[in-house]
This record gives sequence, C-alpha cells and structure tokens, in this order.
Amino acid sequence: MNDFAALPVREMRLELEGLYAEYAGALDEERFEDWAEFFTEDCFYQIIPRENHDLGLPVATWRSESKAMLHDRVTSIRKTAVYAPRYLRRYVTGIRPRAGSGGTITVRANYLVVETLQDELSRVFNAGYYLDEIVRVSGEFKFARKVCVFDSVLVPNSLIYPL
Amino acid sequence: MSLEAEIPTPGDYKRTFIGDKPVVVIRNNDHEVTVVENRCAHRGVQFCQKHLGHTAEFVCPYHQWTYDLDGNLIGVPFRRGVKRQGGMPADFDPRNHGLRKLAVARRNGVVFASFAEDTEPLADYLGETMLGFFDRIFDGREIEVLGYSRQLVPANWKLMFENIKDPYHASLLHVFLVSFGLFRADQPAMVKMDATGRHGALVSWKAPVAAAGEVADMRSFRQDFTLADARLLDPVREYPEFTVVMTTLWPNLIIQQQSNTLAMRQLVTRGPHEFELAWTFFGYKTDDEAMRLRRLRQANLMGPAGYVSIDDSEVMKFSQHGVKAYPEVNGVMEMGGRDWKDEPHMVTEGAIRSFYDYYRTVMGL
Repeated sequence: MNDFAALPVREMRLELEGLYAEYAGALDEERFEDWAEFFTEDCFYQIIPRENHDLGLPVATWRSESKAMLHDRVTSIRKTAVYAPRYLRRYVTGIRPRAGSGGTITVRANYLVVETLQDELSRVFNAGYYLDEIVRVSGEFKFARKVCVFDSVLVPNSLIYPL
Repeated sequence: MSLEAEIPTPGDYKRTFIGDKPVVVIRNNDHEVTVVENRCAHRGVQFCQKHLGHTAEFVCPYHQWTYDLDGNLIGVPFRRGVKRQGGMPADFDPRNHGLRKLAVARRNGVVFASFAEDTEPLADYLGETMLGFFDRIFDGREIEVLGYSRQLVPANWKLMFENIKDPYHASLLHVFLVSFGLFRADQPAMVKMDATGRHGALVSWKAPVAAAGEVADMRSFRQDFTLADARLLDPVREYPEFTVVMTTLWPNLIIQQQSNTLAMRQLVTRGPHEFELAWTFFGYKTDDEAMRLRRLRQANLMGPAGYVSIDDSEVMKFSQHGVKAYPEVNGVMEMGGRDWKDEPHMVTEGAIRSFYDYYRTVMGL
C-alpha cells in the first residue's frame, strides 16, 4: 500500500523531516549497514557532479543499481579500501516534497557535508542537492531512487562514505 | 588538452590548463582547433570562465577587447577615443595584440598543445611504442564523452606518475583489483618505456585466478571476497590483446584502459603540494547499450570514489606528508634493479626511474 501522497501536507513534512534525520544519523554514526536499509531492493543510488548532470552526461562518481551494490560498497568501506580516519556530518535542509507518479513522492532537498580529517580543520566536503523518489514499503519509507547532485566541482581527494 | 568530441562545432570551446596556466581550446570556423592562453592581451584578465561552452567570439568583460575564434584581436572599444579625446596611440596595431596561440597537434580525436614552438611532431614525441598504445584506444572510431570527474589531490603531481608507473603496488595495495584478478603480479604483464624514459605504459592481461599458495606475498588477496551484485564487474575483452594498458605521457596525461573503463586523466598542477586530477570518461559512438552500461558501472572503480583509485589518492596524500616532512632523506627505488629498461613482468619500479632520469635532465638537476 502506498498512501504517502494522501497524507496532509503538515504530517508529510514531519514524516519526511524524520526520515532525513534518521538517514543522516545512520551515516554520521557510520552505521552503513543500517544506511543501506533505507533503500528498496532495486533502488538506484548515485552521486554525480552537477557538471555531468546539467550536461546530461551519465558518468557518476558513485553509481549503484541495487541494494546489493550498496552492500558491496559497505563491504569495501569496512574491509578493502585504504583510507585515513575521518568524520563526516550531513546537514539536510529545504526538504521539498512533490507528488510523483504511481503514488511515489519526489523530494528535492539541499545537503551539506562537513568533513573532519586528522591534523586538519573541519571543512565543507560536499554541497549539493538530493533528487529522491520515496515509496512506502510495509509501512516504512524507502528510497527507490536517490541522486546526489553536487555543486562542489572539486572533490577534496577521496569520497569514501556515502552522502 | 581535450577530446575533439568535446568541441564538435565551430564556436565550441573548452577551458583547461597546461600546468598552472589557463588556456582555452577552441573549434574555429574552419573546423580546425586553436589553443590560446586564457589571458586577455590587454590587462591579463582570465576572460573565459566556463568549462565548456559555445560562442561566436570571446569578449573580455573588463574593457571588452574582443577576439575571434582564432584568438585574433578584432575589437578594442574607444580605440579612437571619445569626442577626439584619449584613445590608443595612432600606431596601435590589433594584429600585434591577439591572444597568444599555442602549437597544436591532433591525432584520431585527441588534441595536444604546447607552449614550445619547436616541439617535435606528435608521433615522434610519443615514440613508436607509446604511439602504438595510443592508436590502440584512439583507432579512428568516433569518441563519445561519458562525463567528468575532478578531484583535488593534496600531493605533488609527480606522485601521480609514480603511482601509475609502478605496477607492483597494485598487487599489494588494491584488495579490490587483486581479489578480482583485474591486475595482479602473477598475471602476464609488461612495463614499457619510450627511448627518453619520459613516457611509460603498464600492460597486463587476465589469466586464471591463482591458488592461494602462489600469491602468498599478496596479503591483499582474498579469495572469499565476492560481490553481492556481480553486474558491477562484467568485463568483456574489447581489444585483441591486453586487458589493462595504463599509459603515462609526459608531462600531464594518463590514458586509462582498465577492462572496459576508458578515461583521460589530466594533471593540473596547483603549486608543489597539490594538483587537480581531471578525469574525462569516454566510450565510442558505436558502443551498444550493454557496453555503455558496462562502462558506467566500471566507472565505479575509478575517480575520487573509485573502488580502486580511493586507495591511490589516499596513499599519495600519505606520501606527500611523509616525504615533505623529511626533505633531506632519500627513499629506495630499486625494485627490478637500478637502471631502467622494458620488462616482461610487473615487479619493477623501472618506469619511475626512467621518469626521474628524464625529469632531472629537463630540470638541470
């Protein structure tokens, strides 16, 4: 059942605020396995430079086409990738829901990610916006599609953790 | 500088750099390619600010000096003064104040440029071996640009070349590459250099996965590592031989062919302690949908979030921090010997030695 679009506006906004807070919280706390559970099985998750997005060029900085691919990324973060310790903190604002097709909700929201590395000052790591499609699966919100379009032309060295 | 596919139509341009110096690559009205300094001849303004664009002429915003698509100065407002007052001297000749043009060479859809007026022809500059690897990818088929990726690496630019000229680190650092047999020390491989030592190529081809005993030194080898969604890696052999060819061209270009992911990696220096790594991913116009999708999926290996290249960008930073703090200390670079020559294996740092031999000659060290 998908009654999401039928919710009163105020209620929907409150629910979405909660969803994005929990999403950012899972990532900020490096609960990446929990993060993957915010998505549907056949989700599409992508981090793409705005330059490519605006030009209609398909290459993404990160492209996952299923929850399984998200889990593979998590495995890499946990076990195979070599990288310096870091903290990332995500700030999501301006959540703007619209009715999508087939009972989905499309959301556009701004995000800001602050990165803190050892021996360095905290800095804005990435700034952009989410283009999301949200569905309700067994009563829970899931991202069927999440595209992180980033304005930041240059990535400061490495993008390890999801946005 | 650019792929011709980025600037197909007269008036198309791309803003890029040679080292720290801004330049613009322009498709002119004769369908030729012009490369000019991105610096107004008047007061030095960097007049072009967009990565890619289209224009009939370039107008510097400061005093509206105007240039055609070949960099010729075609307009100077108030040149004759206003109400007979002021203006440029009577002998001011716009023909002497165009944008500085660079020497340009093109081959099979790729544009090169040089500030030097006496640069040898491109084929001679690359040498026979590198030219062969170049033509293997740029074989005359039309190129399709798939997208860009840009990262700021907090390391000296030479560390990027050290990384791509050193095939043996891959078997140790890159768990991902090793475990999937994409590039590994026990695979057939070659390291090739040109006669000067400035260019290099790492070549490898896929062979059956070894048993654990044969790769005992490779602690990164994890036979238990499998992908939950194997669609990420579904490589098909595209070229008659070799599954990996990484070509490093002096002084600022890496041509990447790792399985089905093709990219130009351009190094843009920003002083001695950092550089921009500008990736241009591409395929061929003739790619079918399956190949296109394969390239997009395999792009996950590369770039600032690449399964493989994350390890490199992080380690380059660690190198920079270690090396910079102890300038009086030399490292050791003796894997594979102390000289350099082409090798039929990848357990060598020879291509780094050849690079520094050439670097030291150029720098008079």
